[in-house]
Amino acid sequence: MSLQSLTYIVVGLSFALYIGIAIWSRAHNTRDFYIAGKGVSPLANGMATAADWMSAASFISMAGLIAFLGYDGSVYLMGWTGGYVLLALLLAPYLRKFGKFTVPEFIAERYYSKVARIVAVICLIFISFTYVAGQMRGVGIVFSRFLEVDVTVGLIIGMGIVFIYAVLGGMKGITYTQVAQYCVLIFAYTVPAIFIAIQITGNPIPQFAFGSEIVGSGSALLDKLDDIVTSLGFHQYTSGTKSRIDVFCITLALMVGTAGLPHVIVRFFTVPRVRDARISAGWALLFIAILYTTAPAVGSMARYNLINTIQTGDVGTEDGNLAYEERPDWFDTWEQTGLVVFDDKNGDGRVQYYDDTNPSFAPQAEKYGWQGNELTVDRDIMVLANPEIAGLPNWVIALVAAGGIAAALSTAAGLLLVISAAVSHDLIKGIIAPEISEKHELRAGRIAAAFAILVAGYLGFDPPGWVAQVVAFAFGLAAASLFPVILLGIFSKRVNREGAIAGMLTGLTFTYGYIEFFKGLFLKWAGAPWGVNTAEHWFLGISPEGIGVIGMSLNFIVAIAVSSMTRPPPEHIQHMVEQLRVPRHVEIDQ
Amino acid sequence: MNNDKRLAYWRANLRLVALCLVVWFVCSFGFGILFVEQLNSIRIGGFQLGFWFAQQGSIYIFVLLIFFYAWRMNRIDREHDVHED
Repeated sequence: MSLQSLTYIVVGLSFALYIGIAIWSRAHNTRDFYIAGKGVSPLANGMATAADWMSAASFISMAGLIAFLGYDGSVYLMGWTGGYVLLALLLAPYLRKFGKFTVPEFIAERYYSKVARIVAVICLIFISFTYVAGQMRGVGIVFSRFLEVDVTVGLIIGMGIVFIYAVLGGMKGITYTQVAQYCVLIFAYTVPAIFIAIQITGNPIPQFAFGSEIVGSGSALLDKLDDIVTSLGFHQYTSGTKSRIDVFCITLALMVGTAGLPHVIVRFFTVPRVRDARISAGWALLFIAILYTTAPAVGSMARYNLINTIQTGDVGTEDGNLAYEERPDWFDTWEQTGLVVFDDKNGDGRVQYYDDTNPSFAPQAEKYGWQGNELTVDRDIMVLANPEIAGLPNWVIALVAAGGIAAALSTAAGLLLVISAAVSHDLIKGIIAPEISEKHELRAGRIAAAFAILVAGYLGFDPPGWVAQVVAFAFGLAAASLFPVILLGIFSKRVNREGAIAGMLTGLTFTYGYIEFFKGLFLKWAGAPWGVNTAEHWFLGISPEGIGVIGMSLNFIVAIAVSSMTRPPPEHIQHMVEQLRVPRHVEIDQ
Repeated sequence: MNNDKRLAYWRANLRLVALCLVVWFVCSFGFGILFVEQLNSIRIGGFQLGFWFAQQGSIYIFVLLIFFYAWRMNRIDREHDVHED
């Protein structure tokens, strides 16, 4: 059977499964729609959280990113997992005890303020839309490459599927489809990784193959990789180029940002008890860790495979490089998509792949007769092309397509739900029309979800140039705005309305301002970016990706300082905090 | 529930959280970033130890840490009679 019809069958079956689950788990009331009736088991919630969290970027891009960054890629690995420790220890159990529907709702009640709620809703909507645009794009890419349909058609099909189960099922439908999507995506990720691990090292477990010897060479994979990349002028794989303070700050910003992302937090509202919220975070991270510990192994093996394909003999010898005429099939396939680009600069008909930006390697390259790097490889294909590079059977390739779509759809659905809940529950029910009936609120939620899907589809169809850049902003924003006020709301009884609002606005303004200054987001028309985005110009050597840490610190400082100068929160709020801190409902007496 | 009892429970909770966060910090920021070069001189199989902590070890420890916290916290809940059900 041809690859294309196989892919249609596998992807089609996975869609049928998602829709079947959606019909089975329809939402009947707002509790179902927002928090799945609080009836999700901790294990199922852990799986759903993992699928929710691991986006198209985790599935498609991360291993490739690490393959090219080497050690510096660790910021993503630690940053996007370590946040769950903060979430489990500092936020999830207490927010579950609070027992309402949304993150802005907690901020509104704890800080007895509608203004705080509106600020929180704005942060939430911005963070979530940034993210969702990337997901829709991922759906489009997978469709166009594997199903050979137009990106637009792919997008519309993707939107249609999300529409059915998000609008119909709400949180309940999303949760159970995410469980199915996790199974599809983790299977699709690990199967090719196992095959490649066996081919390169003979060890079937990628996490161990990562530290094993290459078959028949007697040297370890990472040592061999260090050798060949440095002989081509690249920096050593196992050491980085970023400054230590920057690596530190980016990692911390990603961790804190993860813990502050509304679509992740809200998943812990769906379990029955406080103790379930704690253990559920453990399950979630376990399921995430399966992919996140496989990814760096895949990254290193993919880099090794790529260089081995190009550098067929010794570096610098006449026939040491791959002749373009003899290129393998996958090279050809991906060249057609424009994700692999070959430009024969020195006209020798062979492919030279090396670091032509490294001045100390330039004399060497000149001696070899090389006139610049001739191969550009998009990092996204490292995972997508892996099965083809390794010569795996067609059904594995079809599976990877279904996995990529599952990763993108599950994250998109989770994000769309928090957006619709913020609109129908926080803005409409909470502020504009408090007397609205449950039936109407549910309908408003569905309309908001449908509308959010259209906006997301539009953003995916025609992504503004800044989409990739604002991902850093989304994390910085979550770290600098939401995380500190939620944390203080639980661990301090003294922080009040004035402190929280001042803190959020300070963290938000500072972080936004810094990123705008160095990268340019919305003020391009006014000449942004104004700063030169290099290490010597950064504040304390911290890049815009890591600046959320400073924004977060400012938020903490301002919130505490302003609170200490203004009146403490009213007594019933202090009681509420006492109540949050114990799992069972207890009578509070002084 | 009186003030002293609540405080005792809250302190036990904070002690556990602090302990876990120290481990969290040391294994990721300590071993994986601040002391990565020193640890890289130690080798385990084909890995340099610092690099292993940055790309593998820290993640395993995060997972274990959450399960440990959940298990200890359930016991503390019972000892202070604030557990659910």
